[in-house]
Amino acid sequence: MKKVISRIYMAIIFVFLYAPIVILVLFSFNDSDTKSRAVWSGFSLRWYQKLFSNGELLNALRNTLIIAVVAAIAATVLGTVAAIGINSMKKWPKRFVMSVGNLPMVNPEIVTGISLLLLFVFGARLLHVELGIFSVILAHITFCLPYVILSVMPKLRQMDNSLFEAAQDLGCTPIHSFFKVVFPEILPGIITGAVMAFTLSIDDFVISYFTSGTTQTLPVYIYSMTRKRVSPEINALSTLLFGTILVLLLVINFSKKRSNDVKEKEEAR
Amino acid sequence: MKKILSLFLSSLLLVSCFALSASAEQEEPLEAEDTGITINVYNWGEYISDGSDGTMNVNQEFTKRTGIHVNYTTFDTNESLYSKLVSGGASYDVIFPSDYMVARMIEEGMLQKLDFSNIPNYKYIDEDYRDLAYDPQNEYSVPYTWGVVGIFYNKNYVKEAPTSWDVLWDDQYQGKILMFDNPRDAFGIAQKRLGYSFNSTDMAEWQEAAELLKEQKPLVQAYVMDQIFDKMEIGEAWLAPYYAGDAAVLVEENDSIGFSIPTEEGTNFFVDAMCIPADAQHKAEAEAYINFLCDPEIAAANMEYVGYSTPESAAKELMDEEITSNPIYYPSQEIIDNSEVFLTLPSEINEKVDKLWIEVKMGSSGSTATLIVVLLGFLLLYIVIVITKTIKRKRMNRY
Repeated sequence: MKKVISRIYMAIIFVFLYAPIVILVLFSFNDSDTKSRAVWSGFSLRWYQKLFSNGELLNALRNTLIIAVVAAIAATVLGTVAAIGINSMKKWPKRFVMSVGNLPMVNPEIVTGISLLLLFVFGARLLHVELGIFSVILAHITFCLPYVILSVMPKLRQMDNSLFEAAQDLGCTPIHSFFKVVFPEILPGIITGAVMAFTLSIDDFVISYFTSGTTQTLPVYIYSMTRKRVSPEINALSTLLFGTILVLLLVINFSKKRSNDVKEKEEAR
Repeated sequence: MKKILSLFLSSLLLVSCFALSASAEQEEPLEAEDTGITINVYNWGEYISDGSDGTMNVNQEFTKRTGIHVNYTTFDTNESLYSKLVSGGASYDVIFPSDYMVARMIEEGMLQKLDFSNIPNYKYIDEDYRDLAYDPQNEYSVPYTWGVVGIFYNKNYVKEAPTSWDVLWDDQYQGKILMFDNPRDAFGIAQKRLGYSFNSTDMAEWQEAAELLKEQKPLVQAYVMDQIFDKMEIGEAWLAPYYAGDAAVLVEENDSIGFSIPTEEGTNFFVDAMCIPADAQHKAEAEAYINFLCDPEIAAANMEYVGYSTPESAAKELMDEEITSNPIYYPSQEIIDNSEVFLTLPSEINEKVDKLWIEVKMGSSGSTATLIVVLLGFLLLYIVIVITKTIKRKRMNRY
């Protein structure tokens, strides 16, 4: 009995989580002249075809991807370095820096967005430049940083510091021993941080909206369609993005499991 | 682990390359000399013919003919256009505000006077759409589209085409009525029903309209904008006021949906116009762009894509007869004469209207107060729990 109930519960949770995505994918194949998202009228790939001939949309997508990649890489590098620095601090300074660093995470996005806008407008006026893709990238690095730090920190804490010292005892320079010993240990944390920064950046609307000047990111573009009607091209695009991420996750999990199996075998020997 | 990282990065690279190459498209050779100038255009979403389904790609055509490049971006409401301009950090060359926003921007000195010698195609704009109340001397704006507000209804449930806004207060349609999710349009309907002007400066009239909207609230299924398409299509809602220009998709593809303009009280007549902000950096090029959009051939292509009505008779002649003779898109002169344009409201009225609108949607300020009290209660509970836990832990540690 208990099992049945728990199964049903599971099923309901999965329906809640995935029903919207299933509907979205389904209607990306809808053969409708009215851009309908509610009435099914046959299968077609027209929205995919349209998607790739829509210059504005692809332009917005390109901006979004450039911003996400650059911001994720920059935030990951900065965040990892910062985490290492924070980790070697004493207890109280460490606490202080961590809580200050986490502030942007609990800060409402709209506050972050507006304050960054004010700062950028001020800076842009001083330097006689305009807001654009560069200011969005800066803003995204800012709000991605704490997430990277948070995902790298636990790995650093888990690591035995004597490994690092041992490497130096055996003749490594500090930099060398970092890349030989510390880096491989904390790599999973870094990857998690990078992926998180990437998805957060792609996803962000509020902060990009305020800081983007005359460039446009994908979420802002989609939002501007709401007076007339959000086109199923967006469904098609979301399906492609969802599919890519799904495949990526499957591959990552699969290869993780394989490497774990290999490790276990080696240990068994 | 390295493998995963490289996999991740390479797939990223792949995706971005793909997007880059796709958006680079095959650019046609320019007919005019490349000026190297890029103008920033800020328009409503999906409000220009973009080249899909064999239509004309207007922006590309413009670049081809003039050698001026276009950075085309989009917004969703007049208010977000306004806030973007006010906040600084973005300088646009051509913007497309609606009537009342044009008036407000003129008042606040945010627009430049146009040099009409650079816009010879202005001659195609019909007399009826010049010198409208929002820009009386027609110095700052050139109309791009216009339309009226009407009611979409489901013929299966609403037997007669509504001729009055009263139908939105009819309790036999309880839970099947949709309303605009913006204050000007929603209040406008209530004001017309009361026989008042949209641009009233008498706070008592606004108050009365707000009371009327509150009275209507139990009948309203939801306050929405573009969701009306889905809700009307599947029959979840039966009555919804919306802009006539969007009628095309709903009425043409769906036999059971009709569109009617309430003639008894009159309706809202709106114009979306092209303007140049005061801080534009390429004024002459912006005027060339406006001129280009006024070209009847281009205007016709845009209107066929967008679905709103054109202020140019010359463009109408180039369009499908079926559209131009359709009273949904081009209502009779009587209806237009009986309708009113939104104008800008004095800022103190604006503020009060915003407050009234929040009251209509959220209920009175009393319920906000209770919400805050409840939240504070939870906060207090949380603090108490944390304190007791700490005390307990300390006690445990003592032993």
